[in-house]
Amino acid sequence: MNERTAYTEFHPRWYRTRMSTWWWLKRPSYLAFILRELSSVFVAWFIVFTLLLVRAVGEGKEAYEGFLAWSSAPLVLALNVVTLFFVVFHAITWFNLAPQAMVVRLRGQRVPGFWIAAANYLAWTLVSALVAWLLLQ
Amino acid sequence: MPDRITLQVARYRPEQEAEPTLQHFEVPCRKEWVVLDGLNYIKDHLDGTLSYRWSCRMGCCGSCGMTVNGEPKLTCATFLADYAPGPVRVEPLRNFPIIRDLVVEISDFMRKLVQVKPWIVRKEEKPLADGEYRQTPEQMDEYHQYSMCINCMLCYAACPVYGLDPKFIGPAAIALAQRYNLDSRDQGATERSAVLSEHEGIWGCTFVGECTKACPQDVDPAGAIQRYKLRTALDTLKAFFMPWGDR
Repeated sequence: MNERTAYTEFHPRWYRTRMSTWWWLKRPSYLAFILRELSSVFVAWFIVFTLLLVRAVGEGKEAYEGFLAWSSAPLVLALNVVTLFFVVFHAITWFNLAPQAMVVRLRGQRVPGFWIAAANYLAWTLVSALVAWLLLQ
Repeated sequence: MPDRITLQVARYRPEQEAEPTLQHFEVPCRKEWVVLDGLNYIKDHLDGTLSYRWSCRMGCCGSCGMTVNGEPKLTCATFLADYAPGPVRVEPLRNFPIIRDLVVEISDFMRKLVQVKPWIVRKEEKPLADGEYRQTPEQMDEYHQYSMCINCMLCYAACPVYGLDPKFIGPAAIALAQRYNLDSRDQGATERSAVLSEHEGIWGCTFVGECTKACPQDVDPAGAIQRYKLRTALDTLKAFFMPWGDR
């Protein structure tokens, strides 16, 4: 329908609203969603950072020390602190959403969402503990 | 509790206004009154030209969905007293074109609903003499939650994805598709997946989760969509690794 068409009794003129570019600032839950989406960028950065670390280790002592010096530069350090915050936010929000996407049955009974989230957190803690143990050896 | 409350009601009269404006009405604020009672009071006593949809007054028909103080709500289930001392802003459902005052244009939703075939699809019907299609309580539990949808479209009003891209098939249509996909009597999952697996289908959803929060029937459309995504992804993997297998 042409929106400029004149209104007549049998030819209504609809009013269409447009979403503002800033729609995600209008509700705390929308903002949390956008931050969760944004967190993927930081997750990607952590992967790149880890790959750079692996490459430096592979290239020998000098490259590794150069990498350590580079990572302790204030700018990289600040970026990684922010990244850590976003990665934790990413993990927590997704673990909390997991029960909605997963239906697990145990002996015919549907497992309550709480336990699905708890299992995710438990797996996270165990893997983190394993990694910490390997690093601190 | 005050005995009167102000309703700021959105008016859009296309013959005299280019865009919606707010009109203020003072209505009685009684303990048992919902927003819809306030609108009916305006219609009966203050301004008979106010247009809005309603029918059952008991949260079953899904006609009276509006935006109350910025939130998508069934106005028959939203008590005025909870907003005291007011004012209460009543606007049409978001993300739909407005026809007049609080009435929105819903044919887009109606078209999408039919696309997902929300009925039982059988490859071959059993002869009547063989009796009904039987189901155990466990089989019914599988889909029962999704069958509670009353097509009120609050989930569409809450969904920013639908607001930004009206081609998105939307939460209720997908939840209803799942209602039939999960029904043991149904055999139409493959037919539905043609529409649902599109970019405008399940993959348009970014899991904002607002549809589930807005739903007055606890249908959890966001959950239905994520479950469907998981299933489609697993099916694709299965088809890739076991192309000879039964899909």
